[in-house]
Amino acid sequence: MKLFKKLAASASALALLASGASAEISDGVVKIGLLTDMSGTYSDVAGPGTVTAAEMAIEEFGGTVAGAPIELVSADHQNKADIAANKARQWGDTENVDAFAELVTTSVAMAVFEVAKQQNKIALVSGAASSPLTNDACIPTGLHWTYNTRAMGVGTGSAVVAEGGDSWFFLTADYAFGESLQKDVSKVVEAAGGKVLGSVKHPFPASDFSSFMLQAQASGAKVIGLANAGGDTINAIKAAKEFGIVDAGQKIAGLLVFLSDVHALGLDTAQGLQMTVSFYWDMNDETREWSKRFFDKTGKMPTGIQAGTYSAVRHYLKAIEATGSDDTDIIVAKMREMPVEDMFAHNAVLRTDGRMVHDMYLAEVKSPAESSGPWDYLKIVRTIPGEEAFGPLSESTCPTK
Amino acid sequence: MLTDLLGFPPQVLFGQLLLGLINGAFYAVLSLGLAVIFGLLNIVNFAHGALYMLGAFATLGLTQYLGIGYWGALILAPVIVGAIGILAERVLLRRLAGIDHLYGLLLTFGMALVIEGVFVKIFGASGIPYAAPSQLQGGVNLGFMFLPWYRGWVVVASLAVCLATWYLFERTKIGAYLRAGTENPRLLQAFGVNVPLLTTLAYGYGVGLAAFAGVLAAPITQVNPMMGSNLIIVVFAVVVIGGMGSIMGAIITGMSMGVIEGLTKVFWPEASSTVIFLVMAIVLVLRPAGLFGKTA
Repeated sequence: MKLFKKLAASASALALLASGASAEISDGVVKIGLLTDMSGTYSDVAGPGTVTAAEMAIEEFGGTVAGAPIELVSADHQNKADIAANKARQWGDTENVDAFAELVTTSVAMAVFEVAKQQNKIALVSGAASSPLTNDACIPTGLHWTYNTRAMGVGTGSAVVAEGGDSWFFLTADYAFGESLQKDVSKVVEAAGGKVLGSVKHPFPASDFSSFMLQAQASGAKVIGLANAGGDTINAIKAAKEFGIVDAGQKIAGLLVFLSDVHALGLDTAQGLQMTVSFYWDMNDETREWSKRFFDKTGKMPTGIQAGTYSAVRHYLKAIEATGSDDTDIIVAKMREMPVEDMFAHNAVLRTDGRMVHDMYLAEVKSPAESSGPWDYLKIVRTIPGEEAFGPLSESTCPTK
Repeated sequence: MLTDLLGFPPQVLFGQLLLGLINGAFYAVLSLGLAVIFGLLNIVNFAHGALYMLGAFATLGLTQYLGIGYWGALILAPVIVGAIGILAERVLLRRLAGIDHLYGLLLTFGMALVIEGVFVKIFGASGIPYAAPSQLQGGVNLGFMFLPWYRGWVVVASLAVCLATWYLFERTKIGAYLRAGTENPRLLQAFGVNVPLLTTLAYGYGVGLAAFAGVLAAPITQVNPMMGSNLIIVVFAVVVIGGMGSIMGAIITGMSMGVIEGLTKVFWPEASSTVIFLVMAIVLVLRPAGLFGKTA
């Protein structure tokens, strides 16, 4: 009898212990909700590839963290803020989602920030680029991982000015991101002694850029800055080539160009283009190994947004592993405390304004002769130290930093 | 001068007018196809954009896999896609004859979503480049702008096809049958004309026109699964402005809407994607049947 009692006591103690371990994980599951553009303009730069990247991070943990299973759900937000906000709210309210991930398109990220703030959930932003996300529009749990428009300006903007491109005309996507990119690049150009002669806002997305290109040509600016992304950038570069604008001596500066854009344009058209990237697959053994695995799953080499999604999800899970909890405040604190260390970022830090500060790279597109085949597209020209790319924390206008 | 008053040098304006005409040429060919289909089948063909995209992909496929260049594709792609259209008409659309327009609209819209979805899945959203034929590389400096030869060719080719279509429908015996088929299909059938065959061919022709526009577009934009969906809504507005079922109306409206859109891109670029809908709203208020349409 005594033995039985003892047994029962130790069994219940064990049960208590077991439940105690996962009691810290709310609802017994770590659930990440990934919102991205699955089929629109940004589906190649972000899209299904970000889901694969997040899955790769989860696989590294064997599918469980702190004794609880990791679940990934994803949805297509169609680049529409209202769809994204509704989905995020539904996930957070009724489906136990702990963190939102990816969130390409600035308007989407801002809408989900609002939901994340109300629900006190973490938002791991990879695809959206606007620098206000960690400035005026920041929230305490909004973490901006891959890049931002300021870094693009510092990288491509200053490189182009340094080569004598001191007068600019912008073709700008007519929404928050385009505006933010134009503003950040203008600052860099003007600080370096250059001038901005004008800009034209084009509808997003637009298919015919010939008219806007002709306006840019008429401005007489040395540099035509493309403050847009994805399909818009591709079409604009094509139009510039077709209308002889490059041959006539004006330079095109793609301010947010991705590896997938270069792939779509082909090296003939894209060669010589300078671009600022957060990641390139062919940088070192680590990046090559990861990218090779990514390629085997998707048939494409990863873009920075995709690699960044992996890094963000991985760091989030690392923090859960370290604390045994999925409580938002505990996790955010832990994510800040631990350096970000993976194939995407080395010894990088997550600041209190939400900015993840890591090195960026200025790259140039190879000529067809320099390239050894598909996906061998870039040569890294310069490493831009994190602090230079993203600016010091003191510069951030985030009220809760 | 007027142009000086508006604050733009005449060169800029001329250039934009020309570009407007080039875009208008696409609107004209596409809205013409829609007008033909609506006239004969009474179907609002929402799959038109997807079929235009298929035309561009057919061009790409013919070149990559069969070594048939641009000029061959200009003939073959519309034939191939037209045949797909005929199949779709026989198998699906025919079943909707005689019932509410809404069903045809839903079916074709669904077809468009499926076709585009499959192509995005296979080819991604960034598209694939297709080079203009070597004969039309480069361009000419007109003084006020650099005109790529290819864009000039687009206007010429579209106008030729538009006018040929107009001639076919308004001036030939087949055209007379087709028009009679729109007015009173049962009476025409009583005269021994095979009306169902006529409607099938008309749908195939309308689809072929969409594919033809797709071939013309391939070297200009990327060959992209979503290229049609970006365009189709505007083209519908053009058809509404011109008047459903009017051949000449579709051609003239297409060209002029291209020009209006082109000018808006200079004076108020942000509104350039909206201006055609504004015109549509005004036209619907003043002339509900469209500028060239007959009031029922």
